Amino acid sequence: MNTFQLIESQLNPDAAIIDEICAAGEPWVKIVKQGQIFRIVDLEGNQAVDTLFFNANHAWERYSVADTIRAQNKLYLTTGSKLCSNFGNVMLTITADTCGRHDTLGGACSAESNTVRYALEKYPMHSCRDNFLHALAHETACGHLDMSKRDIPSNINFFMNVPVTEDGRLEFVDGISAPGKYVEMRAEMDVLVLISNCPQLNNPCNAYNPTPIRLLVWETSAS
Amino acid sequence: MNQENISLWEEPIPGGCHWSGILRRGITLRLADVSGNANAAVLFFNQEEKLERYNMADTLKAQHTFHLTRGHACYSDMGRIFCCITADTVGWHDTVCGLSDRTLIQQKYGITRYQEHRNQMYRNGLDGMLIELGKWGLGMRDIVANINFFSKVTANDAGELTFHRNHSKAGSYVDLSFEMDTLVVLSTAPHPLDTNTTYQPGTVHLAAFTTSSAAASECKQIAENLRGLHNTHRFYPPCGGAL
Repeated sequence: MNTFQLIESQLNPDAAIIDEICAAGEPWVKIVKQGQIFRIVDLEGNQAVDTLFFNANHAWERYSVADTIRAQNKLYLTTGSKLCSNFGNVMLTITADTCGRHDTLGGACSAESNTVRYALEKYPMHSCRDNFLHALAHETACGHLDMSKRDIPSNINFFMNVPVTEDGRLEFVDGISAPGKYVEMRAEMDVLVLISNCPQLNNPCNAYNPTPIRLLVWETSAS
Repeated sequence: MNQENISLWEEPIPGGCHWSGILRRGITLRLADVSGNANAAVLFFNQEEKLERYNMADTLKAQHTFHLTRGHACYSDMGRIFCCITADTVGWHDTVCGLSDRTLIQQKYGITRYQEHRNQMYRNGLDGMLIELGKWGLGMRDIVANINFFSKVTANDAGELTFHRNHSKAGSYVDLSFEMDTLVVLSTAPHPLDTNTTYQPGTVHLAAFTTSSAAASECKQIAENLRGLHNTHRFYPPCGGAL
């Protein structure tokens, strides 16, 4: 059953106002203004990009998994999906997607959840939670919003495939992404983007090999 | 000591209302659906350190499940277990659909103000949660994806959701055996995807009793939960006793 909405973008990377590489296992923070287009490129394939969005003016408003799932009555994200805030507002709309499905249930890895999921000895390993906390401690954009661990809710995992069965099981299957696949979205409000380019080494879905991503921002969709 | 199943207190929470309280480790809280089709939206916080809270994603991932039932544990974001589900006559509890809010309730059921309707006014899950959270110094920043006890929502291959009405019958119950001293915050407002066209949230009866040793082992069938319990017990070292 093919339910993926594969839509390519017409935007030219040469016209982007931001074009950066985020190495495997690192955080990335930027403000994307209302009307701007934001693209995440999975450069080498099957990389989970753990992403959070906050209202750039007050972090009390932020991406909400429950509001997003409820608004579209659907678990997975793809072209046309609206990413909703805890205030019920649309923060971003996915406008192009060559991967076809993105996860919003699996959340981010942490030292603590690694001990539960894999082994107690995994605690010292690098994790997405560490990336988020590192960004909150170092990024002035986060400091201006007075953000703390309290403001870290459940995140989106772009390029991750976490299917749910009708009998209620959660499966982590091999990624459906590939080198060069991307997802693109239009900001419907000024948003602060907080990414952890996942360093997870225990999950086979990225072949135990975290890889870099490319991040682009265009001024408007009418380039 | 170690006496089991001693009743401590009980209290009905009418439909649409809200409640919060501390459940100590070693205590089981039974949520009972008095007349069927109730919904109990619940969040958990570490009573000592309220930055530690229920984590939907870690709970689902650790147990490879999309729904909660007997044998499952409810995880915090710190790799610890707030409580184990030690009995369940319902079989499926939702933890991804969140809370009803004012807009949703007004769109579905209309506006009812206290001025005209007194305590029959229609209340919503988010506001109930925020009122209870406020009593403990918490607020909007502490709202994360919650559990909706008694409510069943399934997903098809495309991820499209279906709310199963008439899932929970009168007298159904679920037992939560606490492993941590936990702030429990709950609302009995309708599930956000409830298909009922009239506002009829059911009463949820709360009953607290001491956890039996048989119940305490209920969630140990899952290897991840043994590690979750290890992390939890490290938080509460025995005083004067041997490990």
